[in-house]
Amino acid sequence: MEDEVLFFQEFSIMGKDFSNAGTVSTQIKSILKEIGFDPVIVRRAAIAAYEAEMNVVMYAERGVVRLRVTPDKIRIELEDEGQGIEDIELAMQEGYSTATPEMREMGFGAGMGLPNIKRNSDHFEITSEPGKGTKLNIVINAR
Amino acid sequence: MEKYYHPIKFVEERCQGRMKCMRVCPTQAIRVKNSKARLIEDLCVDCGECINVCPSGAIVPLTDPFARSMDFKYKVALPSPVLFSQFRPDVDPRKVVIGLKRIGFDYVCDVSRACQEVTIALEEFLSTYRGRLPLISSFCPTVVRLIQVKYPDLTELVVPIDVPREIAARDFKHELSKKLGVDMQEIGVIYITTCPAKIVSIKQPAEKERSWIDGAISLVDVFAPLFSAVSDVKDEDVTEEEVGDFTFDAGWSMLGEMTRLLGSERSIAVSGMSDVTKVLDDIENSKLRDIDFVELSSCLGGCIGGSLVVENMYVARNSLLKLLKRFRGSTTVNREEVLDRYREGYYFLERKLAPRPLRPLDPDVAKAIEKKKQKDSIYNSLPKIDCGCCGAPTCLAFAEDIVRGQASLDDCIYVGGVRRGQGGQKDQERKDISGDHR
Repeated sequence: MEDEVLFFQEFSIMGKDFSNAGTVSTQIKSILKEIGFDPVIVRRAAIAAYEAEMNVVMYAERGVVRLRVTPDKIRIELEDEGQGIEDIELAMQEGYSTATPEMREMGFGAGMGLPNIKRNSDHFEITSEPGKGTKLNIVINAR
Repeated sequence: MEKYYHPIKFVEERCQGRMKCMRVCPTQAIRVKNSKARLIEDLCVDCGECINVCPSGAIVPLTDPFARSMDFKYKVALPSPVLFSQFRPDVDPRKVVIGLKRIGFDYVCDVSRACQEVTIALEEFLSTYRGRLPLISSFCPTVVRLIQVKYPDLTELVVPIDVPREIAARDFKHELSKKLGVDMQEIGVIYITTCPAKIVSIKQPAEKERSWIDGAISLVDVFAPLFSAVSDVKDEDVTEEEVGDFTFDAGWSMLGEMTRLLGSERSIAVSGMSDVTKVLDDIENSKLRDIDFVELSSCLGGCIGGSLVVENMYVARNSLLKLLKRFRGSTTVNREEVLDRYREGYYFLERKLAPRPLRPLDPDVAKAIEKKKQKDSIYNSLPKIDCGCCGAPTCLAFAEDIVRGQASLDDCIYVGGVRRGQGGQKDQERKDISGDHR
């Protein structure tokens, strides 16, 4: 936790902004690629970031993503303002989704978002306050 | 690091430094210094775009000279199906086969059977594959190299099945050496190519030790002698003994043919470097979730749009469609036999495709980040109009060149010019930004 933060950048995401959905995770991916991390690590971080970003776009009003790179870890922190999650345990189950038919038509809502983040991270924390918002803490070991 | 073979040469005496190649290069592999273009070898993916745009003829494809192809005792021409589309549609394609023999080839090897076999092999592979999707065709050598260099994480998605031209050459050599009772070394299979990239795939294959093809000549080079030979062929010369059983199949030389032949509804066909790059970005960002197979061609419209062809690709496409209509069903392959060979592993590439990632800014993460910050701050000081006057294609590429120690901020006519001309406070600012790169 006390690792020196070598790189920090903050990004904002707007809820319901489907035309820009995915741009933050794409930027995160480019940054990590440029720093020269192993392609497998970049991929895991990019998938986790993408799923997290899509959750904000679909369910929240707005959100902030903070990317921190330390000598041996990639940390992605996400904080959103929105409806939050009532039952986190349920939301973490594969296949569980509260997506609307419109979201499903766009190819989302398979209930794999949060499980996918967990699968691609080495450390994952989620806290939520219904009616207020959700916080994610994703850590990927870089070596 | 391995030295990469590139099938192009920059002729310095001819280069006028007009930067057209630098601007068109999809991987930003060209810099122009002192009015001469030069190639960054690690970045080049052999697409041939630079050859097409050079107004001075200073970039030449390094195909084999026609004469050298004639060194083998038994000379076999292996024409890309595109060759047949370069003649007027009323020219009998069998005359082209005779023409190839008249200009010096002993045999003409036809890829149509191999095309159908590989299609069956590909169908079988796709229907039994249970891994990460979408799979990407291995057909276009430029796309394969682009993936190795810029999308290292996607190399595992490239289908490990060999391409028809290689299978055709391999079969033909075996059959001919058996028939004539000669050593395979005496048989030279020469590919008539539509692009420089296929030359690399022959000289320095990405996924195997060596190619079954022995040389490549450019379609443009062969066209002039062939055209007059074909014009001299009379209708009565077109006989069974001269041509044998003529078969024709356009193979995958037109964009969309591969996906059409595969009949998969979850597939797309994309061509042209800028669209190919967009689709690879989408795959990398996991956006192509409803697609299982992607056919990619770096040349617009497929191989008919290659840089070494003579006919406009739309006309060539029209001619190929006419030929296909006329010779549809001329090739027959035994599906069961093909599947037997498939199970023996005959169609598979020998090696796994390995990534060829670019050199990072620095091998050390902390230093790489430091350099990235430097690069970003240099970039922010630049005019961001990508004028190219510094000799790099974009301001961003220029900033990276500076950080890598390969360019100096003085090369920028805006920022560098201010420094040289006025000095003073601005001078100090620039120095701070550019760090200790000199």
